Amino acid sequence: MLVTNLAILALAGFAGYLTISKVPNTLHTPLMSGTNAVHGIVVLGAIIVLGLGADGALNKALLVIAVMFGTINVVGGFLVTDRMLEMFKSKPKEEVEA
Amino acid sequence: MTPLASVFQDRDFISVLYIVSFCLFIYGLLGLTGPKTAVRGNRIAAVGMAFAVGATLLIPGIGNWGLILLGIVLGTAVGVPAARNVRMTAIPQMVALFNGVGGGAVALIAWVEFRTSSGFGDDPTYVAIFSLFAAIVGSVSFWGSNIAFAKLQEILPGRPISIGRAQQAVNLALLAIAVACATAIVAGADAGLLMIGVLLAAAVLGNFVVLPIGGADMPVVISLLNALTGLSAAATGIALNNTPLIVAGMIVGASGSILTNLMAQAMNRSIPSIVAGGFGGVVTTGASGDDGDRTVRSTSAADAAVQMAYASQVVIVPGYGMAVAQAQHAVRELAKLLETKGVEVKFAIHPVAGRMPGHMNVLLAEADVPYEQLKEMDDINGEFNRTDVSLIIGANDVTNPDARTNADSPIYGMPILNVDESRSVIVLKRSMNSGFAGIDNPLFYGEKTAMLFGDAKASVGEIAEELKAL
Repeated sequence: MLVTNLAILALAGFAGYLTISKVPNTLHTPLMSGTNAVHGIVVLGAIIVLGLGADGALNKALLVIAVMFGTINVVGGFLVTDRMLEMFKSKPKEEVEA
Repeated sequence: MTPLASVFQDRDFISVLYIVSFCLFIYGLLGLTGPKTAVRGNRIAAVGMAFAVGATLLIPGIGNWGLILLGIVLGTAVGVPAARNVRMTAIPQMVALFNGVGGGAVALIAWVEFRTSSGFGDDPTYVAIFSLFAAIVGSVSFWGSNIAFAKLQEILPGRPISIGRAQQAVNLALLAIAVACATAIVAGADAGLLMIGVLLAAAVLGNFVVLPIGGADMPVVISLLNALTGLSAAATGIALNNTPLIVAGMIVGASGSILTNLMAQAMNRSIPSIVAGGFGGVVTTGASGDDGDRTVRSTSAADAAVQMAYASQVVIVPGYGMAVAQAQHAVRELAKLLETKGVEVKFAIHPVAGRMPGHMNVLLAEADVPYEQLKEMDDINGEFNRTDVSLIIGANDVTNPDARTNADSPIYGMPILNVDESRSVIVLKRSMNSGFAGIDNPLFYGEKTAMLFGDAKASVGEIAEELKAL
């Protein structure tokens, strides 16, 4: 299991590298904000650990905060990126090449 | 057998949903490579996230529904208004904050894992190692991002804050403490204090690493923290055996690292030297001793307007000062007015202008400046010798000719916009205080340079009024 996961890790690293290295300077802020939203995926970890039975008030409280943090990261990140990108799109007329 | 079989089916179904979700992440991020496809790309990635969360909720045995819902509701209640209402000039601190909470979530998960597994005693060793790595990196990222936020929001002063030469030794010691506590846990110790030691040492380290970093280096720091949170998420994924966490976390880790590297290159500095911090804290006199003879020529909005109205090409160089003054819309108006007078207007964007990569592009896009007018450094540098007026709005270090000529300058070797090659330069600036990095800029004393003091937005507005009157 560990070895499989390490293989996934290595491949994902290259996938990320190749995907992102084509992004032009102009879009660096939305890129950062977008990838920022993607690492909000930690919310899955928080849901799994909380959902599969964490006992005790402190554990539960910590995990609720973790779910909250992860959700802020995801929801806020995608929304703010969307707002930014809408502005790039809203260029009135000609936008010949991308 | 049947219930068991259905569980297995369920697992496969969940795995398929997970595969769909990370395919959507990658496909969505590919969309971010062009302004046309970017909006859709971001939304596709968001759909991928919805798939991933939905699939996770299907995992057999998931309970505590009320608490999960509570967390999601609270997070939405905080995140949505924050993202909706933030001003475009405040994007860097918003990203820092969102990044920080991600890191915080990682650290909290690791902490609870420790508490519920009697110090990872019930888990394979690798789970302990990856969880502890996640705890350290997540904690550094959480606290570091919060400091970055506070600096950008000007809750804390933007200049470097450090305890001097001992800083690096202290930071190394803190890292050593965190790693030592973690090692003891991996070796089998399960005292709760050890885990708190890990988190606390990493927390102080996160504070200490970002506090000494000056505002001008923020683009690098934010990229770096983003990469760190991604890596810590990937480590959590390995510890929890959750594929989408590994894939998404690692993609962010890789992309953040690329950006960090690009930013550091744009400043001609190494990442370690930036993290070591303290840059720009020293007030350098540069070519010292000639302070007496140097005079600054100041100009008026009316003169500036005349000068630009009769130019054939004007290049506008925006910097952080434009963001602070919220001047982007006024600048767009000015550019329009100049164009109606037959002046060619271009914008020169330095890769590290502002407080995060591409910061100026976002602001100018908000103000509807056409994409074609935004020129990157390499494209515009050859044009300055054909430019009549370079109008510098709240930019400083990225125009500093010392970077080319003065080997003693802290920014020597950094690629800059060669505005000093243009026929004349007008600098809009609040006062003669040196820039964020506290570095002297001989451009301001140049013969071709005229200074227009005041708030950038007000000055741009005045010039525009004068232009209309011409």
